[in-house]
Amino acid sequence: MDPVTLARLQFTITCVYHFFFVPLTLGLSILIALMETMYVRTGNELYKRMTKFWGKLFLINFAMGVVTGIVMEFQFGMNWSEYSRFVGDIFGAPLAIEALLAFFLESTFIGLWIFGWDRLSPRMHAATIWMVAIGSNLSALWILVANSFMQEPVGFAIENGRAVMTDFFALLSNPHLWVQFPHVIASGLTTAAFFLLGISAYHLFYKKSHSEIFQRSFKWGAIAGVIGICLVGLGGHSQAQYMVEAQPMKMAAGEALWQTDDPADLSLVTIIDEDQQRNVFDIRIPRALSLLAYNRFDGEVKGIKDIQGEYEVLYGPGNYIPPVTISYWSFRAMVGVGSLMLLLAFYALFLVLTDRLPKAGRFLRWMPYAIALPIIGTSTGWIFTEVARQPWIVFGIMRTEDGVSPNVSVGMLLTSLIVYTLLYGVLIVVDVYLLAKYAKDDAVINEILVDTVA
Amino acid sequence: MDLNTVWFILIAALFAGYFFLEGFDYGVGILLPFLGKDEEERGMIIATIGPHWDANEVWLITAGGAMFAAFPSWYATMFSGFYLALLLMLVALILRGIAIEFRNKDIRPKWRSTWDWLIFVGSLVPPLLWGVAMGNLLLGTPINADMTYIGDFWNLLNPYALICGLAFLVIFTLHGAAFLSLKLEEPILDRAFTAARRIWPAALIVGFLAFGVGYFVTDMYERLGVNPGLVPISAGAAMLAAGWFIRKKQGGWAFVMSGICITFSAITFFVGLFPRLMVSNLSPEWSLTIHNASSSPYTLKVMTIITAIFLPLVLLYQGWSYYVFRARVTRESKLEY
Repeated sequence: MDPVTLARLQFTITCVYHFFFVPLTLGLSILIALMETMYVRTGNELYKRMTKFWGKLFLINFAMGVVTGIVMEFQFGMNWSEYSRFVGDIFGAPLAIEALLAFFLESTFIGLWIFGWDRLSPRMHAATIWMVAIGSNLSALWILVANSFMQEPVGFAIENGRAVMTDFFALLSNPHLWVQFPHVIASGLTTAAFFLLGISAYHLFYKKSHSEIFQRSFKWGAIAGVIGICLVGLGGHSQAQYMVEAQPMKMAAGEALWQTDDPADLSLVTIIDEDQQRNVFDIRIPRALSLLAYNRFDGEVKGIKDIQGEYEVLYGPGNYIPPVTISYWSFRAMVGVGSLMLLLAFYALFLVLTDRLPKAGRFLRWMPYAIALPIIGTSTGWIFTEVARQPWIVFGIMRTEDGVSPNVSVGMLLTSLIVYTLLYGVLIVVDVYLLAKYAKDDAVINEILVDTVA
Repeated sequence: MDLNTVWFILIAALFAGYFFLEGFDYGVGILLPFLGKDEEERGMIIATIGPHWDANEVWLITAGGAMFAAFPSWYATMFSGFYLALLLMLVALILRGIAIEFRNKDIRPKWRSTWDWLIFVGSLVPPLLWGVAMGNLLLGTPINADMTYIGDFWNLLNPYALICGLAFLVIFTLHGAAFLSLKLEEPILDRAFTAARRIWPAALIVGFLAFGVGYFVTDMYERLGVNPGLVPISAGAAMLAAGWFIRKKQGGWAFVMSGICITFSAITFFVGLFPRLMVSNLSPEWSLTIHNASSSPYTLKVMTIITAIFLPLVLLYQGWSYYVFRARVTRESKLEY
């Protein structure tokens, strides 16, 4: 029960929880904006009904994203004061810009969207949800500018024991940002796609009413899902290839590769013994890791132990190995879930294009559960990238343990940890209850859609 | 004027803007159980702030972000130091935000009344805590040579800070009542004026008390002398004027006056603080200032350019959104929530 562990645990819980809601906001805002644009352009009331139905669910989710986000902005100062002091010169700017550019945009225009149906022209009203989509996706950019600095510090110098910004454009052109951002945006789209697929599948399987809406939404979900998961995969692959060079320790941990290898084998299943720094059970595909890393069947991939040696020379004595077991399994889970989503999305699109959807009973029945897949993927992805970054809070510059607030006691930490966990626990139950109700309940849905026809 | 001063002013403006805008949001939330006699009325009351509350809250997020970007040591010391107070405030903001969005998502009366109660509590706590926070910044708190706050939560609940908290609470409630008098019709409209009439004396007394006590308990008297200056005097005058306009049932002017009182009071805090950011009551050398707590000149320059471009844009479209929803909320308005 030391402060560092508690602070890290709290950040993990609050951050992963926040990211339960964000990807859906990112992707669904775009899809709804497209729906409403189709309505404005074609005048087809079907699109208006789709906008209203999915919009209702969007708003429930949006609120959760907003309130859990406030906690994040405050948490850097509250729990990581020494980190904030040390890198605030660089890290604070993207956060402030995120608020000024993105949060104001999405928050102002969501209000206009919710309440402005009768006060704005159809085109203006559609424009408001586009502003929300742009605002939220833009906020992702700026927080990733900040996170990318943590992963790969650029555009800075150390002055008077503090990191200071020397080149703002270096921050914006950080290569890590540009392998990370497309991946995150694509994951948002994929999350929204599976949301559409899962809920539409439920209706197509169990209910007869409003089939037009759900047929169309399923199709949109399938197309968005295929596009999304392909971009996620491509983005993720390019990111991983980049990180083999830029963050070799992270990739080695993700593969549980203790020893440098050439050619390197890709792990399928590995049981790790972290204390002994070896693997007790290891099934690998020969040469496949080199293939993934370098597009060739050979090529050296550095192992954990060798990188540790290099870092001791570079940074002095110390342990530079991140938690390997967590890194490995979160990476596996993310890729595993992503692969499953790839199959499901393509199959869904296949069913749509070949008109086989009405007969795909079993697929429709199980598809609602697939809504959880992107959530598992994004959560484990973030856990991987942040855990495998340890022991650094800013790579090569500051260790995580040096960033905590010195004046926040274990008692205070336990208080906030318990408070957040309980509060969030209650809220997720309420959130899921409402989402399920508005997704499934006939009376509720009819009310939303009857309003639309009027 | 150096950039450190520019950013001090900008952050003061962001806080003033936050208090002005969320001030009436909180006020409305506090008045909700008193002015809304049935479900429909309470729905109308919430609808007055429905389109605006989220963007209003972003003023706080931006103020915090600006603190982090321009004065990272201030952000670090204050947020880690005021830990439990901020935790309470965050919980209040989370509950209020969710309550506003979820309150009408279920038809059961118990559902709605529970969320409305959470709106009330979630609207009451932030003004109290922000008053306490501002009072403590100015009064001084135990900050050591490493810019670390070494006091505890109870340090913050000293009499002066509590009076400030109370003042924020009552003045925001008055501000909320004035806002409602602009946005609603009978019979709630009349209730809003009645509430404002009843709250105003309390607002006046606590406001003057907070200022008066503060003037001598902090080092304001040493720094400014007998004449506190135009800003606090205008704030006081505005509060007096507000009372007069409330009596005359001129809601618009009352709202302007309560607004001036709030923004000018906020500015007063910052004028009293300048060039410090947090006063240390252990040693004046250990106070955080706009020079010892700031980011590098380069960062301040980058942030200034970006803000100069985008802040006017924000004001423009946020202002426009108020214009779009300028009409009074009636029973017939589509309360699309």
